[in-house]
Amino acid sequence: MLAFLSAHSKLIDEIGINALLAVSLSLSLRAGQLALAQAAFMGIAAYVSAITAVRYGWNFFEAALCGAFAAALVAAFLAWPIGRLRGVFLAIATIGFGEIARIVEINAPLTGGAEGFSNIPNDVNTFTIYGVLAFVAVGLFLARNTKVALAVAATREDESAARGVGIDTARVRLGTLVAGAFLAGLAGALYAHANYFITPADFGFGRMEQILVACVVGGVTSSLGAALGAAFLTVLPEVVRFLHDYREVTSGAILLLVILFAPDGLAGLWRRRA
Amino acid sequence: MSELVVEALRIDYGGVRALDNVSLRVPGGSVVGLIGPNGAGKTSLINAVTGIVRPSAGSISLDGARLDRLPAHRIARAGVARTYQNVRLFGALSVADNVRAGAFRLAGKPDARSLDALLRRAALHDVGLDRRAATLPYGEQRRLEIARALAGEPALLLLDEPAAGLNPRETIELREVIRGAARDGAGVLLVEHDMTLVAAVCDRVVVLNFGERIAEGTPAQIARDPAVVEAYLG
Repeated sequence: MLAFLSAHSKLIDEIGINALLAVSLSLSLRAGQLALAQAAFMGIAAYVSAITAVRYGWNFFEAALCGAFAAALVAAFLAWPIGRLRGVFLAIATIGFGEIARIVEINAPLTGGAEGFSNIPNDVNTFTIYGVLAFVAVGLFLARNTKVALAVAATREDESAARGVGIDTARVRLGTLVAGAFLAGLAGALYAHANYFITPADFGFGRMEQILVACVVGGVTSSLGAALGAAFLTVLPEVVRFLHDYREVTSGAILLLVILFAPDGLAGLWRRRA
Repeated sequence: MSELVVEALRIDYGGVRALDNVSLRVPGGSVVGLIGPNGAGKTSLINAVTGIVRPSAGSISLDGARLDRLPAHRIARAGVARTYQNVRLFGALSVADNVRAGAFRLAGKPDARSLDALLRRAALHDVGLDRRAATLPYGEQRRLEIARALAGEPALLLLDEPAAGLNPRETIELREVIRGAARDGAGVLLVEHDMTLVAAVCDRVVVLNFGERIAEGTPAQIARDPAVVEAYLG
């Protein structure tokens, strides 16, 4: 068991980080907003935590919190111009924001440009990653039957009717976006400090797509489903190695199957059984 | 007791005037009917009171406090609850969660007993608390919407054609729900085409036609009013 874990520790770390990213996106999705800036929030926090650690000698805890708060702050500012956008328009605007963030990372003076930023202290291990994930999971579990969770679900189901019962839907949208950015930021800091080296390409559209597919496969309104979806899709390419060059096809094929036959994702299958 | 006072209300949609110089009062504990042909401005008035559309002139106040510049969720928190012409439930949420959401403006969450009492009032105690709202038959969806509105213990209840799509037996049960809300002290504004229901539950009736108020009185007076007969038959 231990030998297995140490042989696959890189993959196990990756599963944890991808699960955290999927959970972070599921917060916005649960409020009904298709805001696709998670990879950008991840990148902002990754760079902030890397730069503060390398240049100012901050420890991981300080650097990660600083990075996550930076991502949350950027999300709060982003919420203002995108506040009136819904559906696919919101998706396009937030993808655009992701591209802006990536180009800034390539050209800003402190980031090391397209070649990437290296020498990040490698002070994150599997326990740190799963500790953060467990902390977030417990928080979400405790929040599941609160009025806040109800307000988020009502906003997703019918925004106008939600306002009609007294829910400040603008605040719900802002709150889920900022909280999601904070979690994506934690994932970004973990990623940077687990990998020693980051480049802007790590936080591009490809990453965002991967996070979104994990949420769709897991079930868009369930954080647990999103985490499971991420774990599944992270392991999948390793399992189908025998397909060689064709293994990239599998995640697309699975996305298609899920949309056609299980539109509520893994979480939906679970619920149907129950 | 609280009272809704609408004064000289005007609503414009671009160049179209939906309401002009409409005034009405809904005292707490009473049921006021709002009737008129299609396009008369009834739903526009409800949308203005709930903050979905901004009036271009006039004022709306509840208990002396102005509502007409508040955002929709603040108006709801002041004690204004409504139902919609086309049912708007939180479809993927359970019956219980829909009612709980209706109580959002109150401190805390309704306990099992008050939840049961609310569903009983809307004759929904048999449907099951965990059932998804979207899976209910249409009549039960309409009643659930009313239960959701009542859950917030509203000072003012706005019902937009609650009898539409109900069968005769359900419509008769609806009378008791409406009178019950008024007995609890709420003012009820009822937009309805079913004149039997209006006559049975309303203390007063206001008639709109082409955005203007053409008559007001008791249901019996309204039924004899020549201007009303003209508007409906002419």
